[in-house]
Parts: sequence; structure tokens; C-alpha cells
Amino acid sequence: MTTQDTRAGGGLVLPRYRRDDVDAHPPLLSPGYRSTVARAPKHPLIHLPQRLTEITGPLLGEGRLGPLDHDLTRQHDGEPQGQRIMVHGRVRDGDGRPVPRTLVEIWQANAAGRYRDARDTWPAPLDPHFTGVGRALTDDQGRYRFITVQPGAYPWRNHDNAWRPAHIHFSLFGRAFTQRLVTQMYFPGDPLFFQDPIFNSVRDPKARERMIARYDHATTTPEWALAYEFDIVLRGRESTPFEDEDDDE
Amino acid sequence: MSERLGVMPAQTVGPYLHIGLRWPDGPYVVPEGTPGAFWIRGRIVDGTGTPVVDAMVESWQADPDGRFDHPDDPRGARPPVLAGFRGFGRSETDGQGWYRLLTVKPGALPDPEGGTEAPHLTLSVFGRGLLHRLVTRLYFPDEPAANAVDPVLRGVDADRRDTLLATPAADGFRFDIHLQGAHETVFFAV
Repeated sequence: MTTQDTRAGGGLVLPRYRRDDVDAHPPLLSPGYRSTVARAPKHPLIHLPQRLTEITGPLLGEGRLGPLDHDLTRQHDGEPQGQRIMVHGRVRDGDGRPVPRTLVEIWQANAAGRYRDARDTWPAPLDPHFTGVGRALTDDQGRYRFITVQPGAYPWRNHDNAWRPAHIHFSLFGRAFTQRLVTQMYFPGDPLFFQDPIFNSVRDPKARERMIARYDHATTTPEWALAYEFDIVLRGRESTPFEDEDDDE
Repeated sequence: MSERLGVMPAQTVGPYLHIGLRWPDGPYVVPEGTPGAFWIRGRIVDGTGTPVVDAMVESWQADPDGRFDHPDDPRGARPPVLAGFRGFGRSETDGQGWYRLLTVKPGALPDPEGGTEAPHLTLSVFGRGLLHRLVTRLYFPDEPAANAVDPVLRGVDADRRDTLLATPAADGFRFDIHLQGAHETVFFAV
């Protein structure tokens, strides 16, 4: 049925992105994560056919980036405490096509598990040399790279003896409103996964695994920094009526 | 058929979204002083009626002529005629749950199915307790004729349609977002 819904009445032929994958994403109501209970809408979402506003989106470029935005260890006079790491990867769509020149924003706790935010009242030390905010633009192959420190785990009040596994928040635009994504990157082998309702809100174990970066020894730089690879896949497009005419999926 | 890869799951922005996602110019879809600019302000409230102080709204819209500066618009990308028009806005909520966006009214859009879409903004809502963004649309109360034939509004039950309509305010419009409750905002799957 791909032909009918993309070939338009008014002569407008729009690209169509595949519908949001409900199995990959967490259900909005995930009672183990207590804050979802009063915040997840009760009505089912209404199907919105993708039109011009949805298949376009902000293409925000270099103008938003400072020269050290990708290096969270060099944003102050001194170096932050903690294990220096490199986090790199590729942003692609569901068909394997790179997403070039797209803005990637990250934020994270410091090595002690404390965010530089007045709302974070956990009494772990702040680090005067660490803000915990980074930005990068993917290159023509969809690659990005950050230098930062390993974030610490921290306690929260969701349940008894609750600790968030170490994570880095990621925000991505892609090239269309449909591709906008905010997620979290986790670290391999974290012993705190079992009790974390945010990580486990993703029901499909294979989808959950995608949120865990891969330790990348080949990119690890001797006597300088450990490397982690974190590839990010955004939604792909439906095939157009001019491709895959015989594909009746 | 090309390789099909599993998409990255969404996760909440968490309570500290402000450090990572605050832009000083975030709320300015157009620069201050743009002719015809107005404020859209609104409050986000949860199912207990409590303002949501750790959320963020992002907006995306056409320019006043109904055009996008984007290569996938089949009519062609067109840089905006209005100086400084970004089309995109971002505002975290304040301590009382309010967000704000300075913008201009977008033009109507041709609908691929042949009709016309009324002027609208498409909005994403992120927040602590929201494991995936919520998507909604904002329509304008002073466009009754266009709204009456808008294909998206017409697809929404008549008794919930008004949750997508902004209301007039002193310096523009007000658009509250109810995550739950009797006036739960209509949210869309895209």
C-alpha cells in the first residue's frame, strides 16, 4: 500500500517515515517509574498522517556550536576529576543511511554522580571544572565524537535503595520532526540495570541492548582515554512509490 | 530493499533537562521586535492538577507564507522572507510550569490529499516522567473557517478538539497542555 499513501492529490509527493516503532519505545505508562503515573496521557494517541510539518524539521547547524562544545574536559581552566572517555558513533536512519550535519546534544552527571543543576540536591561534590554539557554536529558520514568523563551513578527516590545506572543523556534532531529523539546511553556491564525502571521501561531486550554503548578498544587511545562506541538509529523512511514497486509489505 | 536497523529507544529527559537543553534564544522562533510577533504562553499540568516544572516544549512551524526552508518540502526549500525566522522554538517550563514562545502565525499549508491545513504549530513535549516525547498541535482561535476544514482537527472527536485551540491573551495566545484529566490534551502518534 505504499503507493497510495505517498502519491498525493494536490501533486505533492511527500517522503513518509515509518510509523513510530511501538515495540522499541517504552510505554508512556510504566508504573515502575513512578512519575509516569500522573504524567502519561490516559487517552490513546491519535494517528496523525505525516504532512508537511512532520516531514520537515529544523536543520540547525554550526551557528549553535562553540569550538570546545564537543570536549567536556576542556570547558574550564582545569581538567575535571574522573575517568577520561571518548564517546563516538554514527547516526543513521533505519535503512542504514547516515544522518549528516545533525545536531547532537548531551548532558550528564559528573564523576561523582552530581549534576550541575540547582535541583540536584544529592550531596556528592560538584566539580568546578565540569559542566556536563556537550554539543556536536555529525559529519558527512553521520559520525560524532565527544570527550568527557565517565559519569557516576546516583541515588533517587523512586523506590527503596534506588540508584540510576551511569548514563549520558542524548538529544537528536535528525532531518525531520518525525525523527526527533531523546534517549540515554548506558555503559556495558553496569550492575545497576536490574533495578532501574527507566532502563527496563523498554520491554524488548534487543531494543534495550541498543542503549548500551560498546567498549571500543580499537579506538581507546593509549595513555589517554578509554573509548565507547554508541551508534544511534533514527526512524527510516517508507519506500517511495518509485522504488520497490513490487514490495507489497 | 535496504538493510533495516532497529531504532534507538526513547528515554526520559529526566529532571535535569535544563542543564543540557536550555538555549538562551530557545523561545525565540523569531527575534524580538519582529513585526507581527506575539507570545504563546501556557502551563503544563499533570493528572493531579500540579504544574509540571521539569518539562520542555519544542515547536516547529511554516513561515507566514506557508513555506519551509527544508529540502524535503516538494515545493522546494525556501529561505524565510522574514529576517531571523527560525521556525523552531524551545522553552523549558519555569517554577510554575509555564513555557513561552515568541513567534508569528504560520501560513496555511497544502495537504497532500488535496485540502488545506489551517495555520498550526506542531509541538513536542518532553519531561521527567515522560519516557517518550508527546506530540500535539496548536491551532489559532481566530481562524474558524480554516480550522473547520483542517484535516487533522476533523479527525479528532469534536468534544476534544478545543484542547488543540489556543485562546486569545493580552500579548498573543495561551495554550495549556494537560497531560491527563478532564481536559486532557489530544496527543498524536506520528
